[in-house]
This record gives sequence, structure tokens and C-alpha cells, in this order.
Amino acid sequence: MSDAVSQPGNTLTASQTGALSTSLTRTKFFAGRTATYVILLIWAFICLFPIYWTITTSFKSNIAVIQGPTYIPWVQFEPTDLGWNAVLQGSQGRVFNKNFQNSLVVALSASSIAIILGSMAGFGLSRFSYRFGPLRNRDISFWFLAQLIMPPVAIIMPILILYRELNLIDTRIGLILLYAVANLPIVIWIMRDQFNSVPPELEQASQIDGSTILGAFARIVVPVAAPGLVAAFILAVIFSWNEYFFAAILSRTDATTVPYMVAAQVSSQGVQWWAMAAIATAAITPLIVIGIFLERFIVQGLTAGAVK
Amino acid sequence: MANEALPVAPAQGRPGEGQSRWSPSYNFQKRLFILPAVLLTLCLVAFPTVFGIYVSFTEWRLNAPDGRSFNGLDNFRTIANDGRFWNALRNNFAFVFVGVPLQYVIALGLALLLNQNIRGRKAFRVIFLLPFMLSPVAAGWMIGRSIFDARWGPIVNVLDDHFGIEWSFYADGNRAMFSLILLSSWYSIPFILVMLLAGLQAMPREIFEAARIDGADWWQTLRDMTWPLLLPVSLTAVVLRMVFEFKLIDIILVVTGGGPGNATETLTAYIYREGYQSLNVGYGTAMAQVFLLTIIFIVTIFVLTVGRRVRDVV
Repeated sequence: MSDAVSQPGNTLTASQTGALSTSLTRTKFFAGRTATYVILLIWAFICLFPIYWTITTSFKSNIAVIQGPTYIPWVQFEPTDLGWNAVLQGSQGRVFNKNFQNSLVVALSASSIAIILGSMAGFGLSRFSYRFGPLRNRDISFWFLAQLIMPPVAIIMPILILYRELNLIDTRIGLILLYAVANLPIVIWIMRDQFNSVPPELEQASQIDGSTILGAFARIVVPVAAPGLVAAFILAVIFSWNEYFFAAILSRTDATTVPYMVAAQVSSQGVQWWAMAAIATAAITPLIVIGIFLERFIVQGLTAGAVK
Repeated sequence: MANEALPVAPAQGRPGEGQSRWSPSYNFQKRLFILPAVLLTLCLVAFPTVFGIYVSFTEWRLNAPDGRSFNGLDNFRTIANDGRFWNALRNNFAFVFVGVPLQYVIALGLALLLNQNIRGRKAFRVIFLLPFMLSPVAAGWMIGRSIFDARWGPIVNVLDDHFGIEWSFYADGNRAMFSLILLSSWYSIPFILVMLLAGLQAMPREIFEAARIDGADWWQTLRDMTWPLLLPVSLTAVVLRMVFEFKLIDIILVVTGGGPGNATETLTAYIYREGYQSLNVGYGTAMAQVFLLTIIFIVTIFVLTVGRRVRDVV
């Protein structure tokens, strides 16, 4: 620390009197501010450009794509709806609709199951003390959270065999159950954190009035914990909507999802950028809308328990 | 953060628990809360894990008529001499130990910039979160296949036209790895950024005020106060990122498919090919077990060595 203080720059700013040093600090301040904005704007560009590029590409024709990169519609290229027609109409359109519906049903159902089971478990772990042999609450919480470390590839083979026995291959139910389990750790984590901040007196008061714990949980605690529930639900929907690996292995034709379709299209029609871009745009639009309007909840969910 | 930390009574000895300890319905209700989650996890994670451990000691090809047969440690001996396995593991390490530090440094810089009193902060936060929203498969095509494209992609063309640089993102193995690391960083920086920003905002303003009055400059404040105070959050974010970077698969499958050659193939990609395309289930599962143990080992070592410097970690 002492060597840094003796630097000339510091001695200059330390002398608070004199017009020179004041104007220098001010210049430094504005230079710093400008640099901040420049860097932030550059990063905003890096975040947004791929999205802009994809959306504009979905309106390009074949010729516009192979003429080299163009960026401004109507000026550099004439927008067409060829790509969107190719994706949304005919047999391709039926596949698209099916996949979109599958993704929607799977993501919403899996997230609902994860939320119901996860918030119950989170509440239990926050309120009661459990004992399963040597395992206490801490161990159970850790056991749930530790599922996050599991690489999907390590369990997918046995699941494939299990699903074959149960006729769950290529069904929405199969994906829903798996996505629900995959989302449980993070939901339990968020909800336990949330319930820890709800005073237990709330449900105790209603228990004295003769209500069961489950009833008190559903009617009194859940409404109070709504922000955490929303955050956990949104995160679960995002992860389920985006999941590709399980869908790639467990679905064939009936239960294929949007990411499955994106990946399949990449390999089958690598050059047809306009159609590819339209599919990608359709895949990301719901999430961009969620991201813009529900950013607060997403951040709350991601940082649950991380900041004390 | 919306949820203020209210004082929470310790889990044991709550009023209500003692008096009804002997009531069977109380215990039943108590268990009812975690039982469904436990059962579902046991069925779809714990059981497959145990079964996977068994399968990894067998010779089992799905396309062979004679089913599976126990072959002891054969699979693991094969792994020891399987160059493709070690190449894939090395690629995993590259993603984790090159990718995650890169992501952390950029995220930290952006978090520090965003934590100032600047205009449009809310808009910046929303925009910076967006990459994390997109499905990795879609992002893989959007950037990895389209923007990084060697013929019609914008970056290659701009570099060539305006700077005279001939660049190709997938010309050789190293460049392809570099491109994939960039892509995975684009996707995951928002996650670390959000965590660090929350950590910065939870810091007490007074100590920074005091440091400023004491004449500490920007760099000293960062080095001696902000960064050490951020360590717990940083550790959580980095450990989670390491775990997810180990599991990275969708981007690789969509963008390079492991190529050129096997230059960008990670273990998940290799196991996927071996188990589900070559139907060599026994060997694929054995590799998956080694992979799982490696992840646990690396993360534990990391938490123990780095976490020692941080007090209250999970």
C-alpha cells in the first residue's frame, strides 16, 4: 500500500487546494465516465448483435445471404418472408407447431411439478428437523443440491433403459418427469432461502386454529413466498425450454422440442440460413420477452442464497 | 434483493414441535413435505447412478445379441489407454480452466462498471442478461455457425475488408477451441455478472466512504476491499460455472460436432457418440463414471484450496 501512495499521481490529487488539481480530478472523472459508457455500450453491442443479426437474417433471401454480410433492411437488402414461409407453412410448419407445443407443454408442466415438489421440500427443510439414519437437514439439502453436479451423460443410459421398460421413450411425460427432477435442486435452493425469510409464527398461528401444516403451508405461507415462487418458476421454465441433451436422446418424432428441431435443422439444411434464422428467432423470442419483463425475478432466483 | 434477511429461529426446538412430537400425524405431515421430491430424485437420479456404476463393469453392446456380461475392470483398463478419452478430458479442462477465468474477469469488470451511479443502468442490466436467456443450441447456430461463418459471416468479412486480417474461426483445432470458448463465455458471463453485481450491491457503502476519505485510490479499494469482500460470492459463481462448463455439450454438438478431427470433442460428446451412436453402452457408462469422479474431485479440490480463504461457504 505504501508504495502506491508515493506515486506522483496521488500526491497531486491529494493536494486539495489549487485550480490545477481540481480541474485534473474533474478531467479524470469525466474521462473515467466516458470510458465506462464506451465499454458498457460495446458490451451491450456484443450482447445484442447476435440477436439482431439472427432476426434480420430470417428476412433475407438466399441471394442476400451469399452476397456477404448485410445489416440494414431496405437499405442493404430487401426483406422477404421466404424463410418464415418455409418454416411456418406446409409439412415443415406442422413439425414446427408440434415442436413448439411440445416445448411449451413440457416446460410449463415440468416447472409446475418442480415448483410444487421443490417448494414443499424447501419448506420442510426450512421448518422441520429431519432424521433419516445419520442424515440431518444439512445433509439432505446438500444431497439435493449435489444433483447439480451430475453430468446428464452419466445417468442418461440407465434412464433410457428405464424409459424403454416404462414406454416413456418419445413421450412428453418422460421429458416432463426428467426436467422436473433436473430443476428440483435449484427450486429447493431458492425456496428454502425464501422460506427462511418468512417468520414461522405465521403458520404456527394457523396451526393453533386447528389447520393442518399442509393447509397452513398452502393458504398462508405460499402467498407470502410468492416472489421466490415466481423466480424459481421462471428459471425452471427457461432451463426446461432450452434443454437439448435429454430431448436429443429420449425423443424421436412425437415429443421433439424446439431445441431438438434447431439442432436437427442445423445439420440437415446447413446452408439455408433464412430458414435456420427463422427457427432460431422463434426459439429465442419467448425467452427474450421473459428476460426483458421479468429480469428482476430471474436475478432474484439466480442470486438466492448466494448473497448473505 | 427483495427478500430482507429476517432473523430465523434455529431449526430445532421450535415451539409446536416439542408438544406434538408424539403425534403420528405430525410426523407424517412433516415427512410428506420432502418425500415426493426425495422419491422422484431417487427414481430418476440415484437409481440410474447406481445402475450406471454396475453397467460400467460390464461389456454391453446394444447391437450385440448376447446382452451384457460382467467384465470386471476391463473398461477402466481400456480408458487408461484410450487416447481419445484423454484428449476429450483435456478439452474439458480447457473449457473449465481457460473459459471460466476469462468469464470471471470480464464479468467482474462489467459488474464494477455497472455498480456505479450511471444512466441507463437498468437497461444495461437487462441487455447484459439476455445471452443467458437464449437456448445454447440456438446461440450455437446464431454465433457459432452464422456469425463465425468463414464465407458470409460478418466478423471474418469485416476483418478481411477493413483490417486485412485473414481469420477463420475453425481453421484448426486450437482456433476451433478458442471460438467455442468465446461462444460459451458469451452465453455464461451474464450468470457470473448477476451474482457479482448482487454481491457488490450487498456491500456496506460506509466502508468505501471511509476508504475514500483515507485517500485510497480506485485500485487500492478494489484490491484490498472490494475483491476480498466479493470472494464468497465469487467462489459460489465460479464453482457453479465450473460444474456447468464441465457438462457443456449442446454448443459443441451444434457448432463443431467435436471437429476438426476430435479437436473440440469433450467427454460428454465422446460418451454420447460411444454410447448412443456406437451403442457401446458398457464402455460409455464406464467413461461417464470416471468423468463424474473427475468433476467431483476437481470441484472438491477447488473448494478446499480456494474456499479455505473464504469463511462461510456452503
